[in-house]
Amino acid sequence: MSILEVNNIRKSFGKTEVLKDISFTLEKGEVLSIIGSSGSGKTTLLRCLNFLETIDNGSIIVDGQVLFDSADTVKMTDEKIRENRLNFGLVFQNFNLFPQYTVLQNLTLAPTLLKKGTEAEIKQQALELLKKVGLEEKVDFYPCQLSGGQQQRVAIARALALNQKILFFDEPTSALDPELTVEVLNVIKGLRDSGCTMVVVTHEMDFARNVSDKVIFMADGVIEEEGTPEEVLVNPKSERTKAFLNHIG
Amino acid sequence: MSFLEVTAFLFDGFKISLLIFAVTLLCGAPLGLPIAFCSMSRFKIVKTISKVIVWIVRGIPLMLQIFIIYYVPGLLFDYQLFGKIDRFMFLEYGISDAGRITAVLIAFAINYACYFSEIYRGGIESISKGQYEAGYVLGLTKSQIFRKIILKQVIQRIVPPMSNEIITLIKDTALANCIMVCEIIKNAKELAATKALIWPLFFTGVFYLVFVGILTVVLNRVEKKLSYFRS
Repeated sequence: MSILEVNNIRKSFGKTEVLKDISFTLEKGEVLSIIGSSGSGKTTLLRCLNFLETIDNGSIIVDGQVLFDSADTVKMTDEKIRENRLNFGLVFQNFNLFPQYTVLQNLTLAPTLLKKGTEAEIKQQALELLKKVGLEEKVDFYPCQLSGGQQQRVAIARALALNQKILFFDEPTSALDPELTVEVLNVIKGLRDSGCTMVVVTHEMDFARNVSDKVIFMADGVIEEEGTPEEVLVNPKSERTKAFLNHIG
Repeated sequence: MSFLEVTAFLFDGFKISLLIFAVTLLCGAPLGLPIAFCSMSRFKIVKTISKVIVWIVRGIPLMLQIFIIYYVPGLLFDYQLFGKIDRFMFLEYGISDAGRITAVLIAFAINYACYFSEIYRGGIESISKGQYEAGYVLGLTKSQIFRKIILKQVIQRIVPPMSNEIITLIKDTALANCIMVCEIIKNAKELAATKALIWPLFFTGVFYLVFVGILTVVLNRVEKKLSYFRS
């Protein structure tokens, strides 16, 4: 059984249809890279899956459990939306750390408010996560005292602090200098090796080729091509994929 | 009249200035919050009403508002409500003024609440959407996000404009003498009229300067204390 099943997602903003019938599945432990030019709907797709946008049509099934189905006539309560969101973690392009909290507090805030354990347990887990992203010596720093790469690693650790089933990344390195990009990508690679299921919207083709199990190329709100990195990035069938890869290559 | 006697008489007036200052802050600052939320409401009627009120209050002189609040209820209902409140609240302090102080306090509180509400609104709207979204994806409720994430950033951003308003407020209290409230300038004018002393009028400036000096130090300290993070 797939850990994530996305069926026929449609989303429009006013008259512009941004997502036109998107479906894909993801197995546990897999890493999916979503590539495509800007405006192709990649970010909107992630936002829809995290319930930051309302989906016009389609369904989302996680681990056999239906999170959302547009066929349901009952409107989702805020409570239900919040519960749904806890299946996923999301790492933003511009980190969105909480500036008034230290690195450690950024990690412990949500688990504490959601009563996910005792204070000591939550702190212990946060420290382990910071070790995982290599920032254990920065626990008491404020976000403004860290480099962009370090901030993004904190954001990744924060997204992991609630033990979500799937971690989403929205262009996690786009706001970073090339030399900082590497440290963030290395953290993501490390997560893959520890069995974390991830969906990464990225412009880093090397990363998509080397780290992901599956690649989706999106264009104009549809999945133009999908398959293994080999199939999509090395031997693309679609003309649009070829054109995109030639253009950025 | 000796220098000390003049100073004591002026200080009696300045106590009323400080009373207006304190009550305006204590009532106006909290009252600004619901007005700010109404101005940002999803409901168009609420939003419009709130914006119209802010427009009117910010749009006409505070002096005129004091006249309106002081005279209009009496003209409409022929009932001296403010006088009764004054007698009840302030008589034992010897400053009952037939409703004048209550009227001034109400006018100031409403006026400043509207100014504060716009500062709050600006502060709240300046926080990036990403901060809310980061809270949402962590499964937090709207109220948790506002209280635990947004509020402190808003406070940090509104301290400088609030400091400005607070400093303006102490000087605005002088407007109360338009309906003969015995604040410091009214007292100084009385000395000019009855004792032919003009220098106390200019001397009142020292009172304001000292108080504004203290305020500046305190407010700067607050600003500094909140500058440990950058949002």
